[in-house]
Amino acid sequence: MRLTLQIAFTQMMARKKQTAVATLGVTFGIGMFILMVSFMTGINILLEETMLSATPHIRIYHEVKASKTSIIDEVQTGAQFMNVVHHIKPKDEKLNVKNGLMIAENLRQEPEVLGVSPQLTSQVFYNFGPIQLNGSLMGVQILEENKLFDLRSKLVAGRIEDVLASHNGLLMGVGLAKKLNMKVGDKVTISTPKGTLKLMQVVGIFKYGIGAIDDVRSYTNLPTVQKILGKDSRYVTDISLKLKDYYQAKRIAQIYEKKYEYKCEDWETANATILVSFTLRNIITYTVSITLLVVAGFGIYNIMNMTIYEKMKDIAILKAMGFAGGDVREIFLIQALTIGFMGAATGLMLGFILSVWVGTIPFDSGGFLAMNTFPINYDIRYYIIGFVFSILTTFLAGLFPSIRASKIDPIQILRG
Amino acid sequence: MLNELALKATNIVKYFYEPTKFQVLKSVSLEVPKGEFVSLVGKSGCGKSTLMYILSTMDTDYEGEISINGEKLTGKKQNFLASFRNANIGFVFQFHYLLPEFSALQNVMIPALKLAKFSKKEIEERAYQKLELLGLREQALKPASKLSGGQQQRVAIARALINDPAIIMGDEPTGNLDSVNTQNVFEIFQELTKTFKQTIIAVTHDDEFAQKSDRVIEMKDGHIV
Ligand SMILES: Nc1ncnc2c1ncn2[C@@H]1O[C@H](COP(=O)(O)OP(=O)(O)O)[C@@H](O)[C@H]1O
Ligand SMILES: [Mg+2]
Repeated sequence: MRLTLQIAFTQMMARKKQTAVATLGVTFGIGMFILMVSFMTGINILLEETMLSATPHIRIYHEVKASKTSIIDEVQTGAQFMNVVHHIKPKDEKLNVKNGLMIAENLRQEPEVLGVSPQLTSQVFYNFGPIQLNGSLMGVQILEENKLFDLRSKLVAGRIEDVLASHNGLLMGVGLAKKLNMKVGDKVTISTPKGTLKLMQVVGIFKYGIGAIDDVRSYTNLPTVQKILGKDSRYVTDISLKLKDYYQAKRIAQIYEKKYEYKCEDWETANATILVSFTLRNIITYTVSITLLVVAGFGIYNIMNMTIYEKMKDIAILKAMGFAGGDVREIFLIQALTIGFMGAATGLMLGFILSVWVGTIPFDSGGFLAMNTFPINYDIRYYIIGFVFSILTTFLAGLFPSIRASKIDPIQILRG
Repeated sequence: MLNELALKATNIVKYFYEPTKFQVLKSVSLEVPKGEFVSLVGKSGCGKSTLMYILSTMDTDYEGEISINGEKLTGKKQNFLASFRNANIGFVFQFHYLLPEFSALQNVMIPALKLAKFSKKEIEERAYQKLELLGLREQALKPASKLSGGQQQRVAIARALINDPAIIMGDEPTGNLDSVNTQNVFEIFQELTKTFKQTIIAVTHDDEFAQKSDRVIEMKDGHIV
């Protein structure tokens, strides 16, 4: 073994308590970092997955805009005219995506696309005795929709095939069904904004774990909604897309928007508010962790300084016997780094154990999210980051005292 | 061979500035040929320790010039002097100064491990020999902090001998020893100078010890008389 290493270890063994205290500082810093990162990113991933389970990666629809110019501006142009038109309203545009089914077919051929589901959504009232509940009815090709959102796994009752088998079959959100007191087989009358009435039968009940969907939405066959709304069989309002790599959604959405000239909204834009909370959680995690590590670093700095103060005589002897300043610096840097290594190793273990433990704590999200215990994300990358960071912190904390030790003039101390 | 100088100091002047400016050494010149056993005597406070620290290259804040084995050491860099000390100078301090966490054996071994001229096994063997020489074989594995003052001082002497240095300097190396051990150390020193042509410069208050050595140098108020 290297002589400096041997001296460093012997000195540390002789002061086990101080070494342990300094190590524990790093242990807790790293442990907390691992716990927080695992927990926070666990939440982020859960939210992201929940969000993506019900949100298309890209949604293509016809955005209704009030035209900024009136027809008179197009006719009477030039400096001699001053046209004033108040409160321009949108034209009675059709809300559909023209050639939607063609576009859907087209998109299916794209290599980056995983699945496509054309939809026709309508606002409807669910009539429940004297009460009318507001909600939405989504006409889909149910098997395509299943491919995209894995509807089958979301069913709490009934079967997807039953929707196909009947012309008025309905898959109802669990929250909505509860409000309407519906079970599979029960019938409900829905009315459209245009006043059409239709008797539907609940053949299945689904649960996404997202209140905003489960409380309002029902699925049925696309032609059924087309018929209720009095539209032709090519009429669709939305096209939902899933991509192979959903982090490309933003870029691809822009390409499609140019290509098809319809609004293409990616999931990140649609869920911007949730994504902000991701960023905030990350900021909190890193601030707290870095603070903990800096505190641990100061602990090491203090202990190293104390050690060097107490070891002045020994440093002087070493130098008198022929150790260079660099050797002395090495001895104390080794001590700091050893503390860093031990602290990192135990800290990573502590963090892992705490994460596992927190992952078993039951948590009731009130049915909002599909989880029973706190979500934990086990990602080796955070363990590597934590390790590198603790070594770096202890190195810096040990560096300055070590340099100071290397500069000690032996003669000052030996003279007494 | 006899004329070859182990140590040559010319016009060494040393000041202390705390608490007030004060000249400790007033132009000290000294020549010690190889293989000589020199005793340095003088009243307490006359500057013996100060001179020894300068001669041993540890104190570099002085005027004048020092050469050891014909090599001029004045003005050399700290790191150079450190490795020079390691290979060529054995020093026994006035107060013993062992590393308390290490065993007596390890304390003796450290300068040799640093020099790395021999394998660890050989070094251990040599360290045992030196301890044996000083009657400490049984204490070899005890931590230095558990040894008596006299034992610690003898371990320090063993440590000073481990690298077979050209010059061994001692600042009252027998100050803590009883007469039997003092006699033993004296004989070891004499043997080293006679048989191995090593040079010894030892500060001592022991008149008998001084009289038996090859030469006695007396200091008074920063001068050699
Ligand atoms: N670090 C110091 N600062 C100021 N004066 C010192 C210091 N060390 C020693 N002295 C003074 O220098 C003189 C010589 O000291 P020293 O060499 O230790 O004497 P000796 O070893 O002969 O007893 C004494 O007067 C002592 O007080
Ligand atoms: Mg003295």
